[in-house]
Amino acid sequence: MSVVVNHLTYAYSEGGKPLPPTLIDLNFTIEEGEFLGIIGHTGSGKSTFVKHLNGLIASEKGVVTVDGHDLSEKSERKIVRSLVGMVFQYPEYQLFAETVYDDVAFGPKNMKCDEAEIKKRVVRAMELVGLDVDRFSSRSPFELSGGERRRAAIAGVLAMEPKYLVLDEPMAGLDPKGREEILALLERLRRENGCTIIMISHSMDDIARHATKVLVLEKGSVYLFDKPEIVFSHAEELMSIGLSVPNVTKICIEMNRRGVPIPKTICTENAFLNWFKEGRKHA
Amino acid sequence: MRDITLGQFVAGNSVIHKLDPRSKIGMMILYIVMTFLVKRIYFFAIPLAYLIIELILSGISLRYILNALKPIRILLILMFVLNLVFTKGENVWLDLGFWQITGEAVLQSCFMTLRIILLVAGASMLTLTTSPLALTDGLERLLSPLKVFRFPAHELAMMMTIALRFIPTLMDESDKIRSAQMARGADFESGNVFRRVKSMIPILIPLFVSSFRKADELAIAMESRCYHGGEGRTRLHQLRFRLPDLIAILVTLLFVASLIVVLVLF
Repeated sequence: MSVVVNHLTYAYSEGGKPLPPTLIDLNFTIEEGEFLGIIGHTGSGKSTFVKHLNGLIASEKGVVTVDGHDLSEKSERKIVRSLVGMVFQYPEYQLFAETVYDDVAFGPKNMKCDEAEIKKRVVRAMELVGLDVDRFSSRSPFELSGGERRRAAIAGVLAMEPKYLVLDEPMAGLDPKGREEILALLERLRRENGCTIIMISHSMDDIARHATKVLVLEKGSVYLFDKPEIVFSHAEELMSIGLSVPNVTKICIEMNRRGVPIPKTICTENAFLNWFKEGRKHA
Repeated sequence: MRDITLGQFVAGNSVIHKLDPRSKIGMMILYIVMTFLVKRIYFFAIPLAYLIIELILSGISLRYILNALKPIRILLILMFVLNLVFTKGENVWLDLGFWQITGEAVLQSCFMTLRIILLVAGASMLTLTTSPLALTDGLERLLSPLKVFRFPAHELAMMMTIALRFIPTLMDESDKIRSAQMARGADFESGNVFRRVKSMIPILIPLFVSSFRKADELAIAMESRCYHGGEGRTRLHQLRFRLPDLIAILVTLLFVASLIVVLVLF
């Protein structure tokens, strides 16, 4: 099962008149178990695209199906919303309940789970994001620290136990420790729960390290869609459209320029280290 | 939810647009007085003529006025029907047995509905031709004599400016929160009234929280740029009362005077 995007075109409208399209003829498939990183400029259509994944916006042109459920059908959207979890930018701004427990339980309650099931899910979600159940359950979400609040909000989405988790810049505004915690959580979700992760990020390093596939959007079209090492080997093209590349790739480019031949596909610290060890063995 | 037409400003370069906001506020007050002075339906011709002249001079298309009337259409219909039912009269036009429609009632219904239409159309002429900033500026100047009685004219105008400024921001914000809660399975469309009102809580609380946060941030940003209230504050755009303003006010007064003459004579 997978997410299939077929000829998706979308244009916002203002005062009844359509604006120039935000998304133009997108075609690709997101396989189950993948970690898809989406990169692109502000205004390239990233956020608009991910909103299609659970039917928050629906286009008349093109089809998005999640596990075979067609999102242009209104009746299918409810099913898909329990399959696809959505973490928006600054998700802590959606917290509303009196206690962390109630807030995390909002999703499962809407899914009409029974009390025992809700409790089970809340505990599991809070443990996943590293919020101690005994310590945090009865506290107000508004008295937590920034990082804790972000994690509580993510727990609210995880409690729905989605098969696909979509995150729009989940690390924005967090300190390095907070970023690492979120990334570790995503890795764990993918490894242990087989959750498919779809993440928008501006950090090329994080994308290179964690993503198994990278989607580059430029002016609403697919610019590149491939494995990270292939995508980042097109460093010059990426820079020409105003995007960056991982720091390791930058080092590799500089080394090549100075006469040390190194494969273009190296974009993570681990790959770089392996290449280095390989070279020493031969020397 | 995004189209709020009442109070929408249409940029332009017409005589009306260029008038001092203070004169425009004054003109609107006179206009409102006119519509309330009218006692018989055909006297509405005078404020109506005034409105049409203003409309032509401003170059605003009639569509905007109609858009401003759209949100109150239910009120208008209700008003019409209620007057039709409850006005007593002798001149029976239609007898349904339990209910008689009289000529007086029809006239009264038309009269009340027309008055409201003219009021709203006139008021929207002010907001259509005056930017919110100019409007609050003008209001501040008009109210500033009341400062003698410790009336906070500047603070009031600043509050209005900020409130207007934040309408689109809060709309955006509520859209975002709505999407986020919908993604968590919240349902805003089904159920009875009570359920629906209750389902708004997950939107309203984050919206309030973020409004307070924004207010705090704005206060800090203003203070760090040395804002300390209206005392001794100068302006980039000085309001000036010019010849066209004088003419406009005189013309308006002429209309009021002619209405009074008509009222006295007939």
